[in-house]
Amino acid sequence: MSAETRAEDASPGEPPAPPRIPPHPEPPTGPTTEPTRAAEPVRSARTESAGKSGPPVRSGPLNTSAPSRAARADPPVRAGGGPLRYAVVVAGLVLALAAAALASLALGSVRIPPGQVLDALTGRAADPSPYRTIVLDVRLPRVLLGAVVGAGLAVVGAVLQALVRNRLADPFLLGISSGASAGAVLVLVAGGGVGLVGGVTTTLALPTGAFAGALLSLVLVYGLARRGGTLTSTRLVLAGVAVSYILSALATLLLVVAGRPEQFQEAMYWSLGGLGSARWDTLALPAAVLAVGVGALLTLARPLDLLLVGEEGATVLGLDTARFRAAVFVLASLVTAVMVAASGAVGFVGLMAPHAARLAVGAPHRRLLPVAALGGALALVLADLGARTVAAPQDIPVGILTALTGGPFFLWLMRRRPEGAPL
Amino acid sequence: MTELRLHGLSYENRLRSVDLTVRPGETVGLIGPNGSGKTTLLRCVYGTLTPTAGRALLDGDDLHALGPKARARRVATVPQDSALEFELTVGELVALGRSPHKRFWEGDTGADRERAEGALARVGLADLADRPYPTLSGGERQRVLVARALVQDPDLLVLDEPTNHLDIRHQLDVLALVRTLGTTNLLALHDLNLAGAYCDRIYVLERGRLVTGGTPAEVLTPALLEAVYGVDAEVIPHPRTGSPTVLFQHSPAGGQQSSTM
Repeated sequence: MSAETRAEDASPGEPPAPPRIPPHPEPPTGPTTEPTRAAEPVRSARTESAGKSGPPVRSGPLNTSAPSRAARADPPVRAGGGPLRYAVVVAGLVLALAAAALASLALGSVRIPPGQVLDALTGRAADPSPYRTIVLDVRLPRVLLGAVVGAGLAVVGAVLQALVRNRLADPFLLGISSGASAGAVLVLVAGGGVGLVGGVTTTLALPTGAFAGALLSLVLVYGLARRGGTLTSTRLVLAGVAVSYILSALATLLLVVAGRPEQFQEAMYWSLGGLGSARWDTLALPAAVLAVGVGALLTLARPLDLLLVGEEGATVLGLDTARFRAAVFVLASLVTAVMVAASGAVGFVGLMAPHAARLAVGAPHRRLLPVAALGGALALVLADLGARTVAAPQDIPVGILTALTGGPFFLWLMRRRPEGAPL
Repeated sequence: MTELRLHGLSYENRLRSVDLTVRPGETVGLIGPNGSGKTTLLRCVYGTLTPTAGRALLDGDDLHALGPKARARRVATVPQDSALEFELTVGELVALGRSPHKRFWEGDTGADRERAEGALARVGLADLADRPYPTLSGGERQRVLVARALVQDPDLLVLDEPTNHLDIRHQLDVLALVRTLGTTNLLALHDLNLAGAYCDRIYVLERGRLVTGGTPAEVLTPALLEAVYGVDAEVIPHPRTGSPTVLFQHSPAGGQQSSTM
């Protein structure tokens, strides 16, 4: 290591010796720049993702070609950390989620002391307490919806990323969310002046319309991006953006033609995303779909892992890739559609949460999906808390906050592509 | 022990009616110039291409009628596109080789992990189990994929240029390993001397057609190398092993007359 560093220092015409810490957050390409954990936060997080607890840093060149037949004496460390580390990550997320939920119940246009919140939750509050109504009937459904939608979008994002083998995939970026909201708007318009969440018919009709729109846009985007050979992120994201614009424009056009400009407000709501409509009776469907969808996807963890090694790799390992892909596309559209029908098109949660989860526990889906779900729930509960309090008493659409944080994250992700990864 | 028979195997105009047999336990090499159809033939065998005519029979079972999963229990390969967008570790990637033997909802058991570790040790990479696969060198990746094929526990091993990216020592190691597995092996090889040394028999493809087949000594002749590859070569027995060894006549640039001018 030192030899090469010295050679670098001595090279003629170079500016004075650079710091030993590599200046950019790219992963080390050779043994010379094996990271020292503390030096570079971004990179150490990355190493962690892939690497796991184990001996913290293996120093020295790793690609010596001499085969070391002797297995090391210490027990092999499971990638992504042992079960202990995984349990710690999950427990930490559960605690954080509980804390965020409590904070969300307490904070807002009316501040409620935590003690009163707990009293209301445990049913010890005096019956006609105003706090009790706020906590149980207004804020709790909203917090729960945020957690459900966040978890759903994060799981769908993680699965879509495996499905199209691209880390930039997200239900919002691929146009699925726009498709779903266009479908929902169509139902709104066709269904007459029915209010956003009025009645049992709309609680089912909206998700159905949203599902049709979501599936249509997903098939469209995937087909467009894939035409002419392989799938590249450039084509994928461009197709997603274009389809999503077309569908939003169509939805707006529908509203105008139907002569209901007063519903622009609602259309706006769909395209920005918000949790303001949360009520107990709108919560059941998303919660049920989340439970069933995540459960189904967890059983599919192995084939999802197989997709990571590529189409040919998955096929020779026994997966019927075409059929599996189609089935998971439908499942992903269904979950997205129900989430969008409940909350509008909240962007970027499905992008950020899976990546954070991969950094924490690695890529295999059996470990990834639960952590992504918890992370997505936490992210959206926090974002919604921000949306309600940043400009209180104004309630800004939570989609604006997720876009404000998720957009830059997307750009950062785009720049730090690992070498060898397809663009 | 498993036998592979190809009957009139064709794929569009890239592979034309190839008949070929790999007998139980044999290691058979496939050689031929670039674009001669070696990869197409192998893909038709391991199932990522569907032949347009003819059949590939494994112990009498049509490989295409088997379906991906049943096929993957009996045939293993090392595919060429192996770049990963996400960072599976080496150990995780190798363990995926157990998939054909599992129901889709089953996770890996301790026995699976032991198998994966054993396979990694066999290719000399026991130390790298916890490393992210994308950080490996080309040669290490190749060996990891060989390890994954091993845990698949196949009857037939189909390898397309298994020595690609490997330094000479690992080229020899991988081929020697393949011969000790007790599987029936079909390998596409560029290196004629490796083919001569490690294969029981060799088939030669040229522009999608089978030109000839036989033992290395029968196939690797100056006349054939001239006809198929257009090179001037001598073939001598290896001084120690006696396997046919090809020595090329290296013409200095412009020194010898070129056949096209």
